Amino acid sequence: MRRRDQRLMMIAAAGAVLVLAATLTFVGLRDSVVYFVAPSELAEKAQAGQQLRLGGLVLEGTVRRGDDGAMRFTVTDGATNVEVRYDGLLPDLFREGQGVVIEGTWIPGQAFEAERVLAKHDETYMPREVAEALKQRGEWKGDGAP
Amino acid sequence: MIPEIGAFAASLALALSLAQGVMGLTASRRDSRAQATAATAQAAAAMCIVAFGCLITVFVQSDFTVAVVAANSHVDKPLIYKIAGAWGNHEGSMLLWCTVSALFGAILASTRGQQSLGLWSRAVGVQGLVTVGALTYTLFLSAPFARLDPAPMVGAGLNPLLQDPALVAHPPLLYLGYVGLSVPFSLAIAALIQGRADQAWARALRPWTLAAWMFLTIGISIGSYWAYYELGWGGWWFWDPVENASFMPWLVAAALVHSAIVTERRGSLAGWTILLAIIGFGLAILGTFLVRSGVLTSVHAFAIDPERGVAMLFLLFLALGVGFGMYAWRAPKLAQPTGFAAISRESMLVWNNFGLAIAAGVVLVGTLYPLIVEALGGGLISVGPPFFNATVAPLLAVLFLILPLGPMLTWRVGDLRAALTKLAPAAALALITLVTALALSSWRAVPAIGLAIGVWLIAGGLIYLWTRIERGEGRVLTKLAVLPLAVWSMSVAHIGAGVLTIGAIAETGFRSERAVALSPGESVDFAGRRLTLLEVGQTEGPNYSSTRANFRVERGRDAWPLSAERRFFTTSPMPTTEVGILSGLDGDLYVALGEAVRDTPGAWSVRLYHNPLVHFIFAGALMMALGGILSLIALSRRRKVMA
Repeated sequence: MRRRDQRLMMIAAAGAVLVLAATLTFVGLRDSVVYFVAPSELAEKAQAGQQLRLGGLVLEGTVRRGDDGAMRFTVTDGATNVEVRYDGLLPDLFREGQGVVIEGTWIPGQAFEAERVLAKHDETYMPREVAEALKQRGEWKGDGAP
Repeated sequence: MIPEIGAFAASLALALSLAQGVMGLTASRRDSRAQATAATAQAAAAMCIVAFGCLITVFVQSDFTVAVVAANSHVDKPLIYKIAGAWGNHEGSMLLWCTVSALFGAILASTRGQQSLGLWSRAVGVQGLVTVGALTYTLFLSAPFARLDPAPMVGAGLNPLLQDPALVAHPPLLYLGYVGLSVPFSLAIAALIQGRADQAWARALRPWTLAAWMFLTIGISIGSYWAYYELGWGGWWFWDPVENASFMPWLVAAALVHSAIVTERRGSLAGWTILLAIIGFGLAILGTFLVRSGVLTSVHAFAIDPERGVAMLFLLFLALGVGFGMYAWRAPKLAQPTGFAAISRESMLVWNNFGLAIAAGVVLVGTLYPLIVEALGGGLISVGPPFFNATVAPLLAVLFLILPLGPMLTWRVGDLRAALTKLAPAAALALITLVTALALSSWRAVPAIGLAIGVWLIAGGLIYLWTRIERGEGRVLTKLAVLPLAVWSMSVAHIGAGVLTIGAIAETGFRSERAVALSPGESVDFAGRRLTLLEVGQTEGPNYSSTRANFRVERGRDAWPLSAERRFFTTSPMPTTEVGILSGLDGDLYVALGEAVRDTPGAWSVRLYHNPLVHFIFAGALMMALGGILSLIALSRRRKVMA
């Protein structure tokens, strides 16, 4: 092979890898992006069985173990309450009255099926999405609250 | 008094670093000014160390008149965590950043090697300016020595979850890696100023790149292991934005390690090496920014302070702006590269760089995409593991497929057929693995392909080692003894990548999990083991009380004790879970103690996990780091021989 052909071949192969990476990225961003919803938006925005992140406050006095051994609790944004079912150990920083982000799926009429309950490294921390949702609802009690 | 000494030392360090920057950049053919630059760099580093020493002292003394100490420490804390508390928070970690930057500047100033005077003094100068940026930010926006009036009596306490041996090592090692990348940046800018990036320059660059990459590798591994044994942190890796923030510079540093070899050995790719050095440092600052600004929702919840975030973004754009600007202006002046064929050691290293750089780019897009969508009014979204698994994994798979070929090819022009023939046994082993894994996992393609690639990497690395051993003379032991350290370092690192791949695939693809309720004396069979709850009791730690469950694990005739705890800290309303881990050859048995079961007195909820081959992940990562260390030793030996 001549040097020019070799160079062309390498550029073609590099182009192919770039196209592959770009395709993977775009398809990935289209299909694997997880939307964040507040409890009030769940009914209107969520499609049944779609992967979602639900954010809100854990309602006081609702955390209990269900008959099936899974944990059940209610997440609220002050306007709407959503029942959550989680088959797993709740992380250390999970607490009633605290902000929480739950990743999972929801089917109308059933409890939100949590696959992951996101724990934060700091108990005073409020997930940003939860803060946004609470601010919109006027439930915000943190910095900058009226 | 001590906080004031610290603040004063840090201010002195700022002035000295500024002087170091100005003198280093203007030193021209005058040995005296370059010598003065080096002395200034050493003085700046000494002042930074004094300042950081003062911070550690006020933490050890529990001086709650200092705001940082009051917010992050507690009188009851064990000494080691009082010390580690100095860098377990925003202000202290920024001061650590400055100290490491100044220290590296001083080391750079004391190791000129074969570099030309101009190049060397300019690199020291740029490093001084990097320290100036970090110190300005720390002193004016973080104020680590700010006093508090009135002072509290006991302090708010370190978050109990952070009271862990990993806190002592994880942040400083990551910072050594992040800040380590500032030295290649300084060397790259110096090369652009001088318009020359020769082999002597690359020789000076290589140890810094290797060291930064090695520190990042160890730092990320420790963090990964910490997240693995800390319940609820998502396991060893789950593509959290903050994990990505450290992974991107790691990928670019890995690329830089390889491209610097080409520049040193063959003189080519100098421009690309410079570009990577600039991008690597940019990503290191971006990493610090993502971790410390709180713009992305992450398990690493640190202070959200818009002003600090904006200032850090400004420093990021300053570094990247200067870097890219200098590159666009001066890179065309650099010497033209010497040629190489499409099949050669160089071309394989180009592919390595290409793959690692694209992977870093994809991780960057995925990490920043939620910010972009939100800025454009598209609502709040998150990009999680499915995206990264679907994009980064295939890219790394392609990269790993060609990896074993690289070492088998010679420089300039390689013989692909000969290399493939030698690698045939590795390919056969990989194929056998593929078919066996497919058959045993009821035709699950992804884990089978992953395992086969891991075997391909390990076998390919061993074959390379063998071809190098064969080349020697005498008996096998003599041959082993004369094998260059560089061969060992490369093989160990590449085999480590294979070991890591196998561990990651096995853990992700074949883990199992079970929740049970156990009363003392009851047993459960899980993953080929029998677990018996012996008793549950109360114990007292230095600043916590704990509920501790003791288990017996039996497998065949062997039996081991295992315990899991829930700790209640006096300073925090939340209990923390200390899981019990029993490592076996086939992986870890991972036991977490839940709460008492309400309906059955004496029974406790217990969650069991079997994580197959999870120790391969950490062993593989440590092998890669060991490869880096061996390579560093090889480089320093060679430097001595040449000197």
